[in-house]
Amino acid sequence: MMDIAKIKQQEKRQRLFDKIKPFGYLAPFAIGVTIFTLYPIVNVFMIAFQENYNYITKTYDSIGFDNFAYIFSDPYFIQALQNTFMYVLIVIPISLCLSILIAYLLNQKVKFKGVYQTAYFLPMVTSTLAVGLAWKFMFNYRSGVINYLLNLIGIESINWLQVTTYNFPALCIYGIWSILPFTIILLLSGLQNIDPLYYTAARVDGANEKTIFFRITLPLLKPTIFLVLIINTISVFKVFNELFPLFNGPGVSNNMFTVVYYIFYQFRVRMPGEYGYAAAAAVVLFFIIFIFTMIQKYIEKKAKE
Amino acid sequence: MQTKHKVNISISTIVIYVLLSLGALVMVFPFYWMITGAFKTAVQIQMFPPLWIPTSFALDNFQTALSMAPFATYFMNSVIAMIGCVSCCSFTTILGAFAFSRLDFPGKNIVFGLLLGLMMVPFEMIVITNYRTIIDLGVYNTIFALIVPFTSSIFYMYILKGFFDSVPTSLYYAAKIDGCSDWKYLWKVMVPLAKPSLVTIILLNAIATWNSFLWPMLAVSDPSVRTLPFGLYAFVSEGGAHTELMMAASTMIVVPMIILFMFARKQIVNGVARGGLKG
Repeated sequence: MMDIAKIKQQEKRQRLFDKIKPFGYLAPFAIGVTIFTLYPIVNVFMIAFQENYNYITKTYDSIGFDNFAYIFSDPYFIQALQNTFMYVLIVIPISLCLSILIAYLLNQKVKFKGVYQTAYFLPMVTSTLAVGLAWKFMFNYRSGVINYLLNLIGIESINWLQVTTYNFPALCIYGIWSILPFTIILLLSGLQNIDPLYYTAARVDGANEKTIFFRITLPLLKPTIFLVLIINTISVFKVFNELFPLFNGPGVSNNMFTVVYYIFYQFRVRMPGEYGYAAAAAVVLFFIIFIFTMIQKYIEKKAKE
Repeated sequence: MQTKHKVNISISTIVIYVLLSLGALVMVFPFYWMITGAFKTAVQIQMFPPLWIPTSFALDNFQTALSMAPFATYFMNSVIAMIGCVSCCSFTTILGAFAFSRLDFPGKNIVFGLLLGLMMVPFEMIVITNYRTIIDLGVYNTIFALIVPFTSSIFYMYILKGFFDSVPTSLYYAAKIDGCSDWKYLWKVMVPLAKPSLVTIILLNAIATWNSFLWPMLAVSDPSVRTLPFGLYAFVSEGGAHTELMMAASTMIVVPMIILFMFARKQIVNGVARGGLKG
């Protein structure tokens, strides 16, 4: 009798242990996510609506839209939105066209594929800051290699970094260059997923390379292209790091604000930090990215069907 | 007819190689310019037309840069932060992915759906609170501030869970019947099987940590705890840094990643193609 009771108790303990066990596996992961992802989101949304929030005393006057009213009347934030949207509108289409061309070429039967891939993908693994400094050196007005090449084809030297009108083009050139590797990789894997039978069939029917590219490759690549468009828009929308090597911040005369830089500026550059304004800007960023993500999910779902 | 066809093919082949090489040149040139710039003298670097090939390969600029700012310390901090982030994150990722893939607990699907939703939240948004959190935790301006927020990653957990899901469950039940505990099964069967996925995750994580700039700029300020990118920026923005010294310092940051990429190109490219980059 004693033994049975003991076994039963042991079984009970085992069952309890089995129930708790998954949480043991989950705990280290869950603690990190809760403190550094879940809590901050809730917190940022709350601060965004708390008027006159004081981070030291953690007090606020009232709840409302004051912070949003402030940022949307702040010329810097309007400028940040304009710059960021313009940047997206310029960088995304140009980098996409270049990437389609390069991915198409890389997908042909070429020798030294490894060498080419290494060359094209390097910017992806190297520090934005360090490589940005190399670009700053290349953009130099007096001794920059870019102006030297422009002079060769008869264009006068451009003061990329010190004259406000040229800051934005300089940022775009660097931005396009740095997003190419990622875009090419995604498009290349999309190209490799196209069944070679389509090409063979087209060739049998006497189609030339141009027709094959526009009538077969591009249409079949369409889902990948859409996906790349959205993923890149989300990542390019967060342009921030690039500003530091090129301009030491937001341009020569505070003309290069971006949305993420604005967040950084409100809570870290301003003294004391304006957390309410930063949080409101972060919420705006969140909703813009939320919309793009929803479009992405919709496309992914449609592509699967 | 036959010969004409052949000529056509070779012309298009030449065009392909020329275009590819031109593009590759544009992509690699900034690296070439950075590394050669590191070997030029203060006079050579300002020459116009520029000096295409440096005349000497003396390490003077590297020595000067190292004497002007504690780049050796920055380098060590970068290595410590990278090892800390990668090892902590891999550990929590393996356990978390296993729990979501093989174990049962109430609300599993709801929690997983919530995590997927959280994955789209931009890091730049939550940085505001995380900055305050590390101050409240008392780790601001220490090496821990660079590691603690990155001990778990939904993105990597999601990738690894995907792999764990693809391992047949029959293997799990067979091991269970043989009296193998979950813990033993995870480390003796699942982890060795998932090695390629794990290597990819570790590589992507290491690259992201090595290059991260925004967070170190927020979380530390003392030169003794700065990492390389932030240290380099401080070196540049605090003034007095000449271009050739900037290039020498940049080379120190970039070269380890170039070497890593040359050895592990396939894994890194596959990882990126599958899930994209973090951040």
